[in-house]
Amino acid sequence: MRWRWNGVVAAALAVGLLAGCGNGGSATTTGAASGGDSGSAGSKVIKIATQSPLSGGSSIQGEAIRLGAQMSMEDHKEDFSKLGYSLELVPYDDQGDPKKGVANAEQIGADQAVLGVIGHLNSGVSIPSSVVYEKYNIPMISPASTATEFTDRKLKVANRVVARDDFQGPAAAEYAVKTVGAKKIFVIQDKTAYGQGLAEAFRDKAQELGATIAGYEGITVGEKDFNGVLNIAATQNPDFIFFGGLYAEGGLIIKQARDKGITAPIMGGDALDSSGLVEIAGADVKGALYSSVAGEIAKMEGGSDWAARYQQEFGKAPEGYSAYAYDSMTIMLDAIKKTLDSGGGEMPSREAVRDGVRATKDFKGIATEVSFDDKGDNAYAKVYIYEFADDTYPGKLVSEVSQ
Amino acid sequence: MSKWANMRITLRENKLAQIILLVLFTLVTAAAVHLMERSVTAFLLLLASLLLLYYTSFTNGIKWTIALILLLVVIPFASSGGSSYDSYMEVATQCGIYVAMALGLNIVVGFAGLLDMGFVAFFAVGAYTYGIFATDQANNFISGDLFPLSGGTFWIFILIGGFMAGIFGILLGLPVLRVKGDYLAIVTLGFGEIIRIIFNNLEKPVNITNGAMGLSSIQPPDLFGFDFTFPHQYYFIVIAILLVVIFAVRRLEHSRLGRSWKAVRENEIAAQSMGIPLIRTKLIAFAIGASFSGMMGVVFAAKQTFIDPTSFTLIESTTILVMVVLGGMGSVPGVILGASLVTILNLQVLTELTNWLNQLSMQGIIEVPNALSPSKMQRFIFGMILILVAIFRPNGLIAAKNRKIPKEVVTGGPHQHHEVPAAAIKAKARPE
Amino acid sequence: MFASILQTLPQVLIDGLALGAIYAVVALGYTMVYGILELINFAHGEIFMTGAFAGTSVLLLFQSMGWLGGLPAWVSYVLIIFIAMMVTGALGVGIERVAYRPLRKAPKLISLISAFGVSFVLQDLVRFIAELKTGNYIISVPQLFDGRFTLGFSSMTAMFSNATVKTNTIFIFIVAIVLMIGLDIFVNRTKWGGAMRAVAQDRDTAALMSINVNKVILLTFFIGSALGGSTGVLFAQQYGTIDPYIGFILGLKAFTAAVLGGIGNIRGAMFGGIVIGVLEMFASANLGIMTGGNFGAEYKDVFAFAILIVVLIFKPEGLFGKAVKEKV
Repeated sequence: MRWRWNGVVAAALAVGLLAGCGNGGSATTTGAASGGDSGSAGSKVIKIATQSPLSGGSSIQGEAIRLGAQMSMEDHKEDFSKLGYSLELVPYDDQGDPKKGVANAEQIGADQAVLGVIGHLNSGVSIPSSVVYEKYNIPMISPASTATEFTDRKLKVANRVVARDDFQGPAAAEYAVKTVGAKKIFVIQDKTAYGQGLAEAFRDKAQELGATIAGYEGITVGEKDFNGVLNIAATQNPDFIFFGGLYAEGGLIIKQARDKGITAPIMGGDALDSSGLVEIAGADVKGALYSSVAGEIAKMEGGSDWAARYQQEFGKAPEGYSAYAYDSMTIMLDAIKKTLDSGGGEMPSREAVRDGVRATKDFKGIATEVSFDDKGDNAYAKVYIYEFADDTYPGKLVSEVSQ
Repeated sequence: MSKWANMRITLRENKLAQIILLVLFTLVTAAAVHLMERSVTAFLLLLASLLLLYYTSFTNGIKWTIALILLLVVIPFASSGGSSYDSYMEVATQCGIYVAMALGLNIVVGFAGLLDMGFVAFFAVGAYTYGIFATDQANNFISGDLFPLSGGTFWIFILIGGFMAGIFGILLGLPVLRVKGDYLAIVTLGFGEIIRIIFNNLEKPVNITNGAMGLSSIQPPDLFGFDFTFPHQYYFIVIAILLVVIFAVRRLEHSRLGRSWKAVRENEIAAQSMGIPLIRTKLIAFAIGASFSGMMGVVFAAKQTFIDPTSFTLIESTTILVMVVLGGMGSVPGVILGASLVTILNLQVLTELTNWLNQLSMQGIIEVPNALSPSKMQRFIFGMILILVAIFRPNGLIAAKNRKIPKEVVTGGPHQHHEVPAAAIKAKARPE
Repeated sequence: MFASILQTLPQVLIDGLALGAIYAVVALGYTMVYGILELINFAHGEIFMTGAFAGTSVLLLFQSMGWLGGLPAWVSYVLIIFIAMMVTGALGVGIERVAYRPLRKAPKLISLISAFGVSFVLQDLVRFIAELKTGNYIISVPQLFDGRFTLGFSSMTAMFSNATVKTNTIFIFIVAIVLMIGLDIFVNRTKWGGAMRAVAQDRDTAALMSINVNKVILLTFFIGSALGGSTGVLFAQQYGTIDPYIGFILGLKAFTAAVLGGIGNIRGAMFGGIVIGVLEMFASANLGIMTGGNFGAEYKDVFAFAILIVVLIFKPEGLFGKAVKEKV
């Protein structure tokens, strides 16, 4: 029977250890908050959370969202400290996993100091998480989620600054059929919520415009060998290939298609809008097209200064979504500030901020203008078509489509 | 040293001392949880009171009563103090879901000794069973515009989900029965992947699962017009199912069936020659294990309101396996502890630790490379747990123990064996 | 339908053979370890992946030092394969020593769990190192042979269309054949190979015949892992991108190949690898055509796993293996 209380001691130690770790976490979070309290003489803390994949296949873009949001927050810190508030960014890693996203959302909801969320990247995570935010009335602005379902459920909290799939896909199809002159199109998609949604929207519009769809095939995320699908493509001899999926697979498809001697132009969606694509496809990326919901920052008003500042601050060039995350954060902070002003400096309620965000009209950001409609879609959202003239990221802007 | 030993002996033998310790511990932690704005530590310690309870030497009846009071009254009440109420309850709910699944896998791996590496498939079956009919998805293949079914059907679907998963368990079991040992592991792994791939692609020719787009806007359960949306409401559903599951597992473990499972685990051929029907015994293990998982799948679908195939990957199966192995294969209290520890590690400790490191590096105190962020180290941690437990503690944290039956009961004649009243065994057996 | 299947057949065969050669060499590692220890070395797929990363990092190192210019491409290729083999061989020996040997007398279930754990730890360690060094765990690999040429099947008969072959594919065939023949000679003709077969047949009796069983097991792990590592380099060169998770599913398929050929049987593993590779490629190119678009290339993994399950149920000893009676 001796083992029994030995067991208790062991278990208590284990729990203590666990608790110790947990304690470390929570203690410092509150510690940081109280530090802020005493630092700026009785100032209150407003937290904004970001949720994006900081690990996994899309971590480059997820990190870009975090950094973009962080930059905007730092730009506004001074304004808020004048009002007696200190700002704090709480970055969460959703790992591109809906379950993780929802669990994080519950934690965010529990933290009363959090007034808004910037994120997520993946539509598959945005959709279930937004239900949780709706429960807690926390407004979210996604700088990247394009699935139609995200705003079609008419939640009060869900907003996005980018275009919808049923706008991006057709815009890409229009460019493919009308500008490139594609007649026989082969469509590949990666069987994810994002890739499939985009590919279907593209396919339907292309058919409507009179092009034939020579094939519609699926691949598996994480695979490296796409010869099977490309063999089908090669026999069909299409004059255009569209890929709905992420850059890791997109890069390989471009490369292996060229290895097979397929010369048809290959086009993808906004997920190919990453420096990772060029790295993987190498010189073969030349001539590839992608549609993006993100415009060319350097061409925007004040954009090149902004890009230089980003480069200086974080030591890397901005990705497509960096500026959108920056704008999303700015919108969020503007809405909070307005509620602060109208409420006489009282800590704003989540409901007030939520309605304030939705009421955003004619906001001029670094990357885009924003007016939210009653569903939370951005009326100014545009789709941009890029082409890789060279094997450098980003590609050359060749077309711009507005709604 | 001797002082410690003395204290241990006093504690072990003095029930009064035990109850005082337990009540004090619970009160302090509960008060801490109730009063502090947000303290993960206090909440974990409050949960640990259940573990403490397990080690007291009361009779099972008293233990269960206290456990029920703790689970149904003390823990919800203590957490409801601050704004973190739902965040605590979310953790507790997820714990409950995983505990039930781990108990299901424990029947297959721990009792029957069949290594199943695709266990999450049954969870997926349960989740999709509710998901398909509680959204308008089912209209695609059943005419009449009957769907979505209302949230009131959720309660029936808990049973249907368990039943469907049980059927799938048998379907997997049938071909697998010819395969032994490590082959079984590979086949079940393949089966888990097949189920996921099929769910991911079954939007044509007939749209059944809506493929990769997943099912959204799943109806929340409702009971006489009362909607369940918050984690603190799901908590009670999960606890209710969990109690049924634990009760069933404990009864099964010491039943004739439970003993057959263990006999099959120790030596198939010997068990067969003792007259145990091999096929039926294994199939029932698969079916029951799967049905626990399926029931929780239904709850999961309702709670998330959105399911897609990415929630049912191989890493999920592995996580459940880690819970069983860490807690102790074949040991019910061990598996409960293992599942709770791993879930809390996953949801709370790693996330909090990551947030803390992020804070530190943002304040410029230390530079932690992004690659080292603890929430990414899941695989490493799980892998290390598997290796270390396998090498140093193959019986897990709380080892399984067979109920000892006193000699005179056994020698009473083999044909009487099953007729011995349970109370007699309990009275003679060492108190647990 | 048949016309279009025939059309792609030459290209499908070539791609399938390249993939199959990779499966075959990886399957050898599974089969050797299983033959001796009756343990599925779950970590073997990860050893393959580590080989890919080891080879690529050596290549990147050479490139940054500027050593590549002076050497002919094939010399550096062989050199890199050799280094990767040494690294993964040592890794395999280490894994055996740390995670398997303490469990040799434990129940099967326990050693299997440990093997599964090793596979997870390796994935994360490699991810960690790659991410720390480059900021991303998906690594692009510089190509040593970038050329390709076209085989004019269409001039033979109009039923076929032309097939494109990468130079690297030829290299894969050569390396795979050299490794397989080398292993076959080693196992069947040398003293150590004889010892290996003896241990596989009966460990205790072999020990009585003054064979150092532990040494033989270590050697088996070294050779099996080195073979896996070398294929990793071939894979990295063929597809140009690697990540820490390439090994798991590929390992499963290679295992299927080993089972198909009869586990423990070296020639069977080679055969099984080729069959699985070609079948998989055929399925992914033609499933869509054969089912009228209802079930496309996305089902090709289901196809591979279904083969595994069918073989295990109806012919668990594989095509070339001998059935074993289990005793109490």
